Amino acid sequence: MFHALKRLPSKIGLSRIVAVGVLALAVGAALPSAARAGATLDAIKARGVIKVGVGTAPGFFTPDSSGRWQGFFVDFGRALAIAVFNDPDKVQFTNSSPQQRLPALQSGEFDILLSGVTQTISRATHLGFHFGPVIFYDGQGLLVAKKLGITKGSQLDGATVCVQTGTTGELNIADFFRQNKISFKPVVIEETSQFRDAFATGRCDVLTQDSSDLAIERIQLPKPDDYVLLPERISKEPLAPAIRYGDDQWLEIVNWVVYATIQAEEYGITSANVDSFLTSDDPGIKRFLGVDPTLGEAAKLDPKFAYTIIKTLGNYGEIFDRNVGPNTKVGFERGYNRLWTQGGLLYSPPFR
Amino acid sequence: MTDFAEPSLPTVEMRARLVRWRQRWWRGLFGSPGTAAITLACIVFLAAVVPPMVRWTVIDAVWFGTPDACHLASGACWAFIGEKFRFILFGFYPAPLQWKPLLVVLLLLTVIAVSAVPRCWHRRLLALWATAIPVAILLMAGAPQIGSIPTGSWAGLPLTLLLTVISLVAALPLALLLALGRQSRRGGVRWMSIIVIEVMRGVPLITVLYAATLLLPLMLPTGLTIDKLLRAQVALVVFVAAYMAEIIRAGLQGVGNGQYEAAKSLGLGYWTTLRLVVLPQALRIVIPSFVNLAIGVLQSTTLVIVIGMFDFLNTARVSANDPDWLGFFHEAFFFTGAVYFLFSFLTSRYSLWLERRLRPTGR
Repeated sequence: MFHALKRLPSKIGLSRIVAVGVLALAVGAALPSAARAGATLDAIKARGVIKVGVGTAPGFFTPDSSGRWQGFFVDFGRALAIAVFNDPDKVQFTNSSPQQRLPALQSGEFDILLSGVTQTISRATHLGFHFGPVIFYDGQGLLVAKKLGITKGSQLDGATVCVQTGTTGELNIADFFRQNKISFKPVVIEETSQFRDAFATGRCDVLTQDSSDLAIERIQLPKPDDYVLLPERISKEPLAPAIRYGDDQWLEIVNWVVYATIQAEEYGITSANVDSFLTSDDPGIKRFLGVDPTLGEAAKLDPKFAYTIIKTLGNYGEIFDRNVGPNTKVGFERGYNRLWTQGGLLYSPPFR
Repeated sequence: MTDFAEPSLPTVEMRARLVRWRQRWWRGLFGSPGTAAITLACIVFLAAVVPPMVRWTVIDAVWFGTPDACHLASGACWAFIGEKFRFILFGFYPAPLQWKPLLVVLLLLTVIAVSAVPRCWHRRLLALWATAIPVAILLMAGAPQIGSIPTGSWAGLPLTLLLTVISLVAALPLALLLALGRQSRRGGVRWMSIIVIEVMRGVPLITVLYAATLLLPLMLPTGLTIDKLLRAQVALVVFVAAYMAEIIRAGLQGVGNGQYEAAKSLGLGYWTTLRLVVLPQALRIVIPSFVNLAIGVLQSTTLVIVIGMFDFLNTARVSANDPDWLGFFHEAFFFTGAVYFLFSFLTSRYSLWLERRLRPTGR
């Protein structure tokens, strides 16, 4: 789903090059006009709604039958609306194509991008974006048939690997096999639908792409249970909320809304049991849930924002499981997206 | 003894007609080795394609039920279209207010139908369009609470129809000016028109859309944003106007020189000549070309997908992204394809009929 962001210009040729040229212009035009600190929040409050740019991918952001946006990233947009307005519906999601989303954020069409942007140094420094905390650790994965009996990538010597043209995936997979000193035969495929068919018909042993994409590819195969996503990730794709450069107040709100969902999971607070924690004697939990209002007041937010977010949407684990977790159709394992206490990478700075 | 009745005259005539008809078909299908080979190839092709198609679309199809029932079946999942019908048609428009986009669709289709009848071609038609389009836009915007529905929520069929219709109607005056400008004797006007027309015709629509959505906002002062839909619509209008201008130019050149000279000798000025003599004839000649352009524009509006807008095609595509109903892309595209085909086919038949009707007699 997110690979389009990383494609090299050769993919669609001219239109892609135009987009890149536009991006280059964006840099020149946008940097001098960096937003005044606090401007975004003022604008949001005046407007009464947060404008969020999203993509389209099953489980991550997709409209349901009634036209309401649902998904993992969408829930973080609702969490922000709770923090700012105490109302999960005061948020307006707008779909944005990969080429368009960064300039659109720059020009003020969105207050925040929750479209699965990979955080990189060049996007932060050249394009001038602030990134909030990583909310989804993605990475290029390897999908193989179970019957091969393979458990890790280094056993794939001599395998045929299907990879899409013009993506960074092509370079990553070559590096991976070189590092492991094993050989592979690449089958380079242009079309997304052919990509899956080639794998289903056995033209290649391995399918490689961002693992979130592979999870979605897997469930669309004729017999999804015959295939397994190997646990390793051969590239780093940390997907984080992106906002315009220079608005520190808005960045802090984004940061602490994300951290609140992670901290809640660490405390063991869920949407079901959050009320029982209101009477907790733990001063940390009291501060966190706003029973002791000092933290929220300092952040200029409703002191109970963390409580309302958890009550309405749940903690990080609940948001993950509901949208993309193992029991959903997407069937994604937590992997790196577990708490640091469970061997993952999610870590919230303390609420004090 | 039985009566030997002579066959009655009509029967004879009918039999003769049948024979002629049969001969004509036989000659058409198997008249020469070449046509026979083509006919046989077509039969083989249809035999290979039609049965699986019927099996998929009808026999093995699931008409009602859950996604699981669909996944088990080998045919099409029309239950998916049933479940997503509202979203495909109206997208993000709030469900309790969906009579508004429905009304917009009906209004636009009615006005199109009225405009298609030659007997209704009258100056009042312009007034009808000039009322219908603002009414449609205001309804979409949530009239009487105008502005209560952001343009980001406009989606599906009403969006596709609005984009198509506004592109064509708003392009007409612009195209007229461009076409006249291109024929102008004033160098500045002529060159400006030529540049606009040739630049627009020289680049793909996708580039124009990108420029309108990506470049334009960066040229505006910070804080000022023009609505994305409006930007895309303006881009479409200018793009369509360039093509339409060339069609109109062909029409202008189709009006005989004698007409201009006659008008001049009557003492008519430039604009009066245009209004009373040239344009009525020129536009009449190019109406069939306009209709063909309309089909092209209807299909081109699907390109707004690249700037993240949810036209009729995109709402269908995204419906198959719902984790519960994941992967029913064939059904989504089949359904939208059928609707686009219906519109285009009707329009194209209409265009053929019109061409026959408008064929100048005795000239």
